[in-house]
Amino acid sequence: MTSTPEPVLDIANLSVSVRGEDGEREVVSGLSLSLKRGETLCIAGESGSGKSMTALAIMQLLPQPAARISSGKIRLRDGNNLGAVELTALDERRMRDIRGDRIAMIFQEPMTSLNPVLSIGRQLTESIEAHTGLSHVEAQRRAVEALQAVRISEAENRLKQFPHELSGGMRQRVMIAMALALEPDVLIADEPTTALDVTVQGEVLELLRDLQRQHGTSVILITHDMGVVAEMADRVIVMRNGRMVEEGAAADIFARPQAAYTRELLAAVPRIGSGAGRHASGEPDKVATQDKVAVVNDLHVRFDLRGGFFGRVNRRVHAVEGVSFSIAPNETLALVGESGCGKSTTAKALAGLVPYSGGVTIGGRELATLGGDARKAVRRDVQMVFQDPYASLDPRMRVGDLVAEPLLIHGIGSRQERRERVAALFERVGLSAAQMELYPHEFSGGQRQRICIARALALRPKLIIADESVSALDVSVQARVLDLLKELQREFGVAYLFISHDMAVVENISDRVAVMYLGQIVEIGSRDQVFSNPRHPYTRRLIEAVPVPDPSRRRTRFARLDREIPSATRRIGESMPKLVLKDFGGGHFAAVGD
Amino acid sequence: MIAYLGRRLIQSLLILLGVSLITFALLYLLPADPVRQIAGRSATPETVENIRRQLGLDQPFIVQYWHYLTRLISGDLGRSYIQRSEVTELIVSRLPASLLLMVGAILCELAIGLSMGLIAAVKRGTATDQTLMVASFVGVSAPQFVVGLLLLYVFAVRLGWFPIGGYGSWRHLVLPSLTMGILGAGWYARMMRSSMIDVLRQDYMRTARAKGLARGTILFRHALPNAILPVVAMIGIDIGVFMGGIVVVESVFGWPGIGQLAWQAIQRVDIPIIMGVTLVSAFAIVLGNLLADIIAPFIDPRIKLR
Repeated sequence: MTSTPEPVLDIANLSVSVRGEDGEREVVSGLSLSLKRGETLCIAGESGSGKSMTALAIMQLLPQPAARISSGKIRLRDGNNLGAVELTALDERRMRDIRGDRIAMIFQEPMTSLNPVLSIGRQLTESIEAHTGLSHVEAQRRAVEALQAVRISEAENRLKQFPHELSGGMRQRVMIAMALALEPDVLIADEPTTALDVTVQGEVLELLRDLQRQHGTSVILITHDMGVVAEMADRVIVMRNGRMVEEGAAADIFARPQAAYTRELLAAVPRIGSGAGRHASGEPDKVATQDKVAVVNDLHVRFDLRGGFFGRVNRRVHAVEGVSFSIAPNETLALVGESGCGKSTTAKALAGLVPYSGGVTIGGRELATLGGDARKAVRRDVQMVFQDPYASLDPRMRVGDLVAEPLLIHGIGSRQERRERVAALFERVGLSAAQMELYPHEFSGGQRQRICIARALALRPKLIIADESVSALDVSVQARVLDLLKELQREFGVAYLFISHDMAVVENISDRVAVMYLGQIVEIGSRDQVFSNPRHPYTRRLIEAVPVPDPSRRRTRFARLDREIPSATRRIGESMPKLVLKDFGGGHFAAVGD
Repeated sequence: MIAYLGRRLIQSLLILLGVSLITFALLYLLPADPVRQIAGRSATPETVENIRRQLGLDQPFIVQYWHYLTRLISGDLGRSYIQRSEVTELIVSRLPASLLLMVGAILCELAIGLSMGLIAAVKRGTATDQTLMVASFVGVSAPQFVVGLLLLYVFAVRLGWFPIGGYGSWRHLVLPSLTMGILGAGWYARMMRSSMIDVLRQDYMRTARAKGLARGTILFRHALPNAILPVVAMIGIDIGVFMGGIVVVESVFGWPGIGQLAWQAIQRVDIPIIMGVTLVSAFAIVLGNLLADIIAPFIDPRIKLR
C-alpha cells in the first residue's frame, strides 16, 4: 500500500448531451474526476445538475436514444496490474461483463427498482450466475451471505420472498446486497436513501460505510442532501447545471467553501438548532378554546380490510388512534413521524377527505353538529397544499383558472373580481399576473408549489394544511418557499398544520411539534421543549437520525433498530394499546412507560 | 383461495341463470313462430294448435321458463324441434370440434400477437414497428369471412397446401384456426406492445441492465412476465368473441362444431338448440374468465385472490 492510493476510475472531460424538442443540450459539460481506491466521493447538487447523468454515463446506461456521451473518456483501472479499460470504447457485450461485476449501482427508488414478479433469491442469484459461472447451489449460498452482510435476518427464508413483502428499507438493503455480492471495485449509489425514512436512512448509510470499510470498495455517492454528504464523504464534488463548481476534501468544503454556489447551497440547508429567532407563540392554553382555529379531539380513522368467504370486514387498519391537538391563529403546529404513522391521514380527516370518528371543531364550530351547507362553508377555512407539485395541478388547466377554481366552487365574486383576486395572489406568492395564462408544465417545481399555495390562499382560510409541501423541492427552493410561508403567516395570520418527516425543516418553521408513531401522538410540546428536551425515546431517535451537515460532527455509531416498525392492522375486536400522555409542564406532554 | 373459488362459482351460476332468462325471453318475444316452421305451410289450424300444445308453447311465459329451468338442472336441454333428437346429445357430439378449433385459434393468436407486440415494442419507432402495427390494424379490421375466404383461395385453392374444408387431420385445423386467430392476434399485438413499452420504462429494467445481464435474459425473464399480465386477463374475455366468430368460421370451412349447429337452428327457429348453444357459450365465457383470474397470481405474486 502506498501513501497515495492510485485511482480506480478516471473521468476526463466528460460531456453528455440529451436530444430534446429544441435540439441537443449538454447536461454534463467537461467533467473530470478521479476516484481513488477505497474512498467515498460524493457528487452533490440540486436537480438538473447532471449528477445522475454522470452516473449513468459511467455505467453506459444513458437513456437511449435520447442521451449520449458527446466527448470524454472514462477509464477503469484493473485491480492487479496497471492496465485500464476505456469504457466509452467498449461494445455492449464487454460492457455487460463490467456492469454488476466491477461497477455496481444502486438506485433511489427501492420500491420500484426490484422486479415485482421475481423472488429476491432469483434476483440475487442471477447476477452471481451471470458473472461467475458458479453452480446454482453455490450462487444461492453466496446470495445468503450477501443478505447476511446487509444484516437481513433469516436470510435463507428471504430468498423465497417477493419484493412487495418487504419494507422500503429492507428492499434497499436487498439492492445493496445485490450490488455488493460480487465485490465490485466501484459502487455508484444514486440517492440511495432519499426515499427512505430518516431512521432507516441512518441505518442504511451506516451499513454502506461498514461494508465499504470491509471490502475496500470505492464509492461514488450521489445526493442532494448535504447532511448525507457530511456524514459519508471523503471528498466532495459540487455540481451545478452540468458543470463542476467545486471539488475538495469534505472537511474543507464545509468549513471553507470557495465557490459562491457552494456557500449558497450550504446556507440553504435546514439545520436543527437554527430555528431560533422565531418567537414561540407561547403556551397553547393562553388562547381560549373558542378562539382556536382548529380543535381535534380523540380523532380515530380506521380503514376496513375485507376477507373470507363473503368478503366481510375481518381486519382494520388503525391509521389514527385517539389523536387530540389544537391550533391557535398565527400558529404553526408540526406533525412529524415516519411513513405510515398516520400523519397524512390525520390531515385528510381534518380537511374532510376521509371518514373519521371523534370531534373536529373549526373556527369554534363542531363539524358533526352542522348540516351539509354549513359544513361546506366551514371547510373553506381549511385548505391544503400537497407534496407533489407536479401531480397536484391539473395539466390541462391554465394556472390562473386553477387558482380561481376554489372561488368558483364557493361562488365568490364576479368573474372580474375573481381575476383581480387571483392576480393579487400571484403577485403575493412571487409570480407575475401575466403568468396566469400559462399551463402547469411551463413552471418549475418551486413555482408550481407557489401556485398551490396561491390556490390554498384564494379562500382566505384560517388554516392551511401543508402535507410534506416542501419535501420534493431542492434545498435552495425549499428555503425560499419556507420563507414565503412564514411571510404569509405574518401577513394573514393564517395557522399551519405542517406535516413533515424532515426534522430540520420542522425545527425551522414550527411553534409547536407533535410526534406521531403508529397512529398516536407520543409527544407534543413547543418546539424548544421537543427539540431541546425530548421525553419520548422515539422523538430522541428521530432527532438523532437527522444527518448533521458538518463533517466534524459525524456520528460514529447510530443506534440500530433491527426490527421493522410494527403494523397498525388489527383483527376486528382487537384494540390498539392506548398511550397515556404525561404532563411535563408548560404544555409539554409525552407518553411514558413504553 | 377456497373461499374465493366458492364465491366465484356462486357468482357464475347467477350469471348463467341471468343469461338463460334473457335468452329465453328474447326467443319468446321473437315474431317468428317455431310451430309454423315445424308444421309446414299446408298444415291446418288444428294441427298447428296440436303441435303447440304438445311442445307446451301455449303455456304462459313464466310456466314455460320454469319447465325449462327444472329440466336444465338435471342436465336436460330439451329436444330439438326439427332434428327430433336430444339437444344435449347434439351439443356433446359437436363440442369437441369447436373446442379444438378454439385451442388452435388461441395458440395462433398468442403466437402471432405476442411476438408481433414484443418485437414492435423493442424496435419502437422504427420501420419494423410501424409495419407490424399496420399489419395488426389490418388484422383487427378485416371481417372474418373475408379473411377465411382469402386464406382458402390462396392456401387451399391456389397452393393446395391445405384441404378446402372438413374435419379430420391437423391440416384441416390450420386455416380455420388462423382465420379466427388473426383478429385476436391484432388486438394482442397492440396490447402487448403498449404493455411492453410501459414495462421497459420501469426502474427494475434499469436495475436488470445495471447487473450486466444478457439482453435475452432481461427481455424474457424481467420484462415479459410483467408485460403479459394484462394480456392474460384478455384471454378470458376473448372466449366471448370466439363464440361469435365460430358461427361464421365454421360455416365458411364446413367445420362440424356447435357454431354450425347454431347457424342451422337460428334459420329454423329451433329454440331448444339456440338456448343450448347460448348456455354452453356463456358457460365457456364464465369459465374462461375464472381461469384467467386464477392464473394471474402465478404470474404476479402481488395478486392475491380474495
